[in-house]
Amino acid sequence: MENQALYKYILGIADNSLILGQRLGELCGHGPSLETDIALTNISLDLIGQTRSYYQYAAKFLGENKTEDDVAFLRLENEYLNVLLVEQPNTHFGYVMARQYLFDVFHLMLMEELQHSKDITLAAIARKGIKEVSYHKRFSGDWIKRLGDGTEESHAKMQEAINDLWRFTEELFQMTEDDRLVTGEGVGIDISKFKEAYYDEVTALLREATLTIPESKFFISGGKEGRHSEHMGYLLADLQYMQRTYPNMSW
Amino acid sequence: MTLVHEPNIDQSLIPILEKVSDPEIPVLTVLDLGVIREAKLSDGLVEIKLTPTYSGCPAMDVIGDDLRKAFADEGMVAKIELVLAPAWSTDWISESGRNKMEAYGIAPPLSASADKEALLGKKKIVKCTLCGSTNTHVVSQFGSTACKALFKCDDCLEPFDYFKCLK
Repeated sequence: MENQALYKYILGIADNSLILGQRLGELCGHGPSLETDIALTNISLDLIGQTRSYYQYAAKFLGENKTEDDVAFLRLENEYLNVLLVEQPNTHFGYVMARQYLFDVFHLMLMEELQHSKDITLAAIARKGIKEVSYHKRFSGDWIKRLGDGTEESHAKMQEAINDLWRFTEELFQMTEDDRLVTGEGVGIDISKFKEAYYDEVTALLREATLTIPESKFFISGGKEGRHSEHMGYLLADLQYMQRTYPNMSW
Repeated sequence: MTLVHEPNIDQSLIPILEKVSDPEIPVLTVLDLGVIREAKLSDGLVEIKLTPTYSGCPAMDVIGDDLRKAFADEGMVAKIELVLAPAWSTDWISESGRNKMEAYGIAPPLSASADKEALLGKKKIVKCTLCGSTNTHVVSQFGSTACKALFKCDDCLEPFDYFKCLK
């Protein structure tokens, strides 16, 4: 394939949005209140909308009349390049918000840089996404504070969620071979450069939420190379069901 | 700055474009909403550049279909291209669009800074679409569609949508 590195670079960004969007979509009709239910699915819709723009672009590299649906639904598990964080299950609402916030802070920083990419399509998607992602972060950040600095039970659950998800945060800043190649061309973003700003921002909010910053130095990664956690297969079974069962179906 | 964002639309196409409305807010035409960035006619082919309000807005597919149909009814073929840049802003909603929106029961967007204060519940500034009171509060930062938040009036108790500012 021509532009293999760029194709995979796009997937590395878009798959995060697809998989997190899918996770949030699973909660449709199951949110703890009507307002949060609507919020989760609205965020899901934004993320999947962004994914469509990326995949429409990525599909052009596949040629042979391939479309966004081929990219979204017909890859094998090890061909999805999302980080492990976004595929973690919807354990409870606090957990969902912690996962969201840890991703939103990174996502917004990435979009803010990507809007200056030499690639005009990626820059346009990012510029549009910034407006949406900043709204997501506002929502998830509010909930971290509300639950962290809430009741004894909400505090304990939020702390547990942060402790559990912390080990996935470092992967956000890892760069693959393809990432480096595309970044060298002025198209990709050197994500390692805002790692410090990320942890500064996250820890400041966690402190405000009266939460303790995890001290563990154990981090886990692999998603960006296609090595996923045990949860991914189940998620994809759900996501891909219709296209696998009725090939080429469309709405 | 507004000059750069001024849409490029052939005057002859305006009457047809005015017939196409937003499926979610039927009182607004696509022109009121500011989503048509370019519409040009050449040799019976109409080339339209459409920009989405939000990335995932499901109304865009419907608007594309409705545009094609509206032009087909006039014996013209419309080719729709979805453009993302420059990103849509609520500033592009026309003055008449804002008035129609309010009459329909959706409070029109405030300025960016006022919007933030309203959505964070810091200031009571969103006007109730029923009684006009600003004694209102945010019920949910997210609403029935991606572009709206849910408010409630504390005077007349009416729940209503507020169209969020997007810049």
